Amino acid sequence: MSEEKRLVELFTEKAGLTSAIVSRVKTLDEALAYTVDVCEKKDACQILMSGCESELSEPAGKLCDEKPGKVVVAPELEAGAFAKLKALCEAKGIHCLAEGMRRHLGGVDIGFTIAQGGFAETGSLLIDSDSEELRLATMLCEVHVCVLPISTLREKSFDVEDQLRQLSSDGPSYVAFVTGASRTADIERVLAIGVHGPLEMHILLLED
Amino acid sequence: MQNAHNMKEYKGELTGALNNDFLREAMDKFAVAYRTARSNAFSGMDVDGLIGEIAKGKDEAMAHLEELLAQFTQKAEAAGVVVHVAKDAAEANDIIGRIAQKANVKRIIKSKSMTAEEIHLNTHLEALGMEVTETDLGEWIIQLRHEGPTHMVMPAIHLSRYQVADLFTDVTGAKQEVDIPKLVKVARRELRRKFVEADMGISGGNFAIAETGTVAVCTNEGNARLVTTLPRVHVALVGLDKLTTSFNDALKVLRALPKNATGQAITSYVSWMTGPTECLASANGKKEMHVVFLDNGRRKLARDPLFSQVLRCIRCGACANVCPVYRLVGGHQLGHVYIGAIGLILTYFYHGTEKAKNLVQNCINCGACKAVCAGGIDLPRLIKEVHARIQDEEGHPLQSSLLAKVLKSRKLFHTLLRTAKSVQKPITGGTPYLRHLPMIFARGQEFRALPAIAETPFRDRFASIKPKVTNPKLRVALFSGCVQDFVYPEQSEAAVKILGRHDIDVSFPMDQSCCGLPVQMMGEREASRSVAEQNVNAIDPDSCDYILTLCASCASHLKHGYPEILAGDPAMSAKVRKFADKVIDFSSFVHDVLKVTPDEFAADGRKTTYHAPCHLCRGLGVTKAPRELMTTCGLNYVPAEEEDVCCGFGGTYSMKFPELSAELLKKKLANVEKTGAELLLTDCPGCIMQLRGGLEAKGSAMRVAHVAEALAERLK
Repeated sequence: MSEEKRLVELFTEKAGLTSAIVSRVKTLDEALAYTVDVCEKKDACQILMSGCESELSEPAGKLCDEKPGKVVVAPELEAGAFAKLKALCEAKGIHCLAEGMRRHLGGVDIGFTIAQGGFAETGSLLIDSDSEELRLATMLCEVHVCVLPISTLREKSFDVEDQLRQLSSDGPSYVAFVTGASRTADIERVLAIGVHGPLEMHILLLED
Repeated sequence: MQNAHNMKEYKGELTGALNNDFLREAMDKFAVAYRTARSNAFSGMDVDGLIGEIAKGKDEAMAHLEELLAQFTQKAEAAGVVVHVAKDAAEANDIIGRIAQKANVKRIIKSKSMTAEEIHLNTHLEALGMEVTETDLGEWIIQLRHEGPTHMVMPAIHLSRYQVADLFTDVTGAKQEVDIPKLVKVARRELRRKFVEADMGISGGNFAIAETGTVAVCTNEGNARLVTTLPRVHVALVGLDKLTTSFNDALKVLRALPKNATGQAITSYVSWMTGPTECLASANGKKEMHVVFLDNGRRKLARDPLFSQVLRCIRCGACANVCPVYRLVGGHQLGHVYIGAIGLILTYFYHGTEKAKNLVQNCINCGACKAVCAGGIDLPRLIKEVHARIQDEEGHPLQSSLLAKVLKSRKLFHTLLRTAKSVQKPITGGTPYLRHLPMIFARGQEFRALPAIAETPFRDRFASIKPKVTNPKLRVALFSGCVQDFVYPEQSEAAVKILGRHDIDVSFPMDQSCCGLPVQMMGEREASRSVAEQNVNAIDPDSCDYILTLCASCASHLKHGYPEILAGDPAMSAKVRKFADKVIDFSSFVHDVLKVTPDEFAADGRKTTYHAPCHLCRGLGVTKAPRELMTTCGLNYVPAEEEDVCCGFGGTYSMKFPELSAELLKKKLANVEKTGAELLLTDCPGCIMQLRGGLEAKGSAMRVAHVAEALAERLK
């Protein structure tokens, strides 16, 4: 088995254990289409409950009302790709934003990002999070879709150590390891997904 | 939280916890599930190797604390962080309060920080008129209930979904269903609003990495990512012990932390923050970032030759997860702010003698914590040491100093035992148990029958049973320990019988006394040292090949305790090293040295189960030998559940905390009886006293014996 195949299999297995949904895409265009598809089908299946359907206090409920319809946010995406994503979204009546997360603090449907690296042993992504828009998009979305270029996938956390050091060495920086969706087991140790951040994590392994 | 003023009040709280059925059931489930989850998470990894590397990295960091602090400060300041160092809790609170006031902060959100709990930061900020909201779900729940945490990573583990639903009904003013996923979503929305409104975020820090000035935080919920992103000010409160030399060292800890905490491979989020990044809520587009380091005794600890190792703690909570006492009474009774074994120690250093003095006595010394500690901290030993320090500060209680006095003189001790024997008739009623114990001794002891003192102690029988060996293969000095000398001499006799068959020259040095563990447990350092010295002088290590003992507790104390206790004595240190090297437990000796074979025994296939004494399986790391011996001598060994969990004896512990001892015994006996075995074997006369006493009290027909007895009885 090739090294790449081994890593991809390990990553897929380990990320799967965190309930991340891992798929392979051949091109970035395919990833964009996947994202729009997820967004389009999202409410139709009614699987995600972000809490707005609950009995809330008045101020908490008010924040739920601010959502203007379906929103995909893709900060830090290179201009050409963003234009394609926006066109795909608009064809389906979905808003597509590159910024302005602070106007959407109640939540958005999808946050779309591209990881700078990953390590297979725990199914983790390394995401350069200097941009506030990106941090908010990945935390306030209900579904986080992240593209991981296979060329950047490594085996162990130690294998991204140099990358982590380099990103952290030149002025202010914010780097994140992200593994699966936001989770808690704080009530009776029962696992519940999506306490503050995404309710779902989709990882698209890009054959680059 | 420790609010008990004295032992009586503390015991009252323990009883209250024991009567909390939900807590008991939740803790039991967790204790069992954790073991499997942890072992799955570490499967295929060299765990001991990793623990060793973590300990080494942490020790090196703490030895260079000032250099790392200077390096961190320089790097972090270059990136735009304001670095503060607070000498104690009051100063840290003051610094953070002033940062908030200067930035005109009204609302604060926090991600989970044990350090903030340590200094009671919320209380201070609220007194300044600010609104503080915890955003970790568990922390938010306990904040709303005005309680402290009961676990380091699962702060609300003591609460049920019903209690949370009631609480959230109050918070939202709307009736909440008792449904965990729904309750979590309610918290999501209620806290989202708090995130949006806040002007300052306070986080802790799992690492402060000196090479780049990076603060790193691990969370599962992702709340730290929001706490450090949405508000315009970020304050990270970090203990000086979190200074980490390099990313490499941090990644090593990260490999162990979530696995040891909950059996999770890695936390969902690990945020590595270097300097103030973009913040669009701030006028200049940049965050205001402060790192506040807390000393509060850490610098002093770092210089302490024995206690510096507590700074290796990575706050995983594993020492609580495996603690049999924590499992019974929960975190409010087994900690103040910091919980579990490490909590017993840290409470003394960070919150003082008053908060620690009762707590620190509630360790049964089973060593389960030490066996899982990610930093390899010798927790049981340090707990005993804190206990001793407190007794030296506060004065020694009467029972403890009396016991110390008695044990220091072997002759006095043995005379007392012989006198007790001669007057015990009215109490035993001619049985091997103390049937009519005067109330003063019997309080709380109804759960077990206590044994009578034997008619003739082993030391008086030895001359007549010493095997006559002409061509000895090996010379063995027998260390009986008090229980086998004066209560169960038949166990030592059984051993002598087996040794005789194998041409072993056995001696019984008459000047040996109690091993000293009981006084060590009671914080009587001086007596403990004196007894150790007497025993090392009583048994000349040059005169024998092995020092054999049938008591797991004596064995581990002689082997690992003595070299530590006598380390400071130049006259003794070489001798004690030699002594300790020769100490061996009975099962290992018979299995590994004598290498007994099935043809020596008349097999009867009796259904037998086993209790692994704490000081054998963890204290000496012996697990295979006794189990294989049972098969070798022709017994039908059926494993019991939780074989290596403490039986609740703990020596003097079972006299001090009889209620807890009884509960541990109840669990143990339930597991043992579930096997349907007729015979229960173990390797420690203390455990036998507890197990036999418990079975006798409940009228069970199951027999309890030492492995040596089972072997001797089946010798052809």
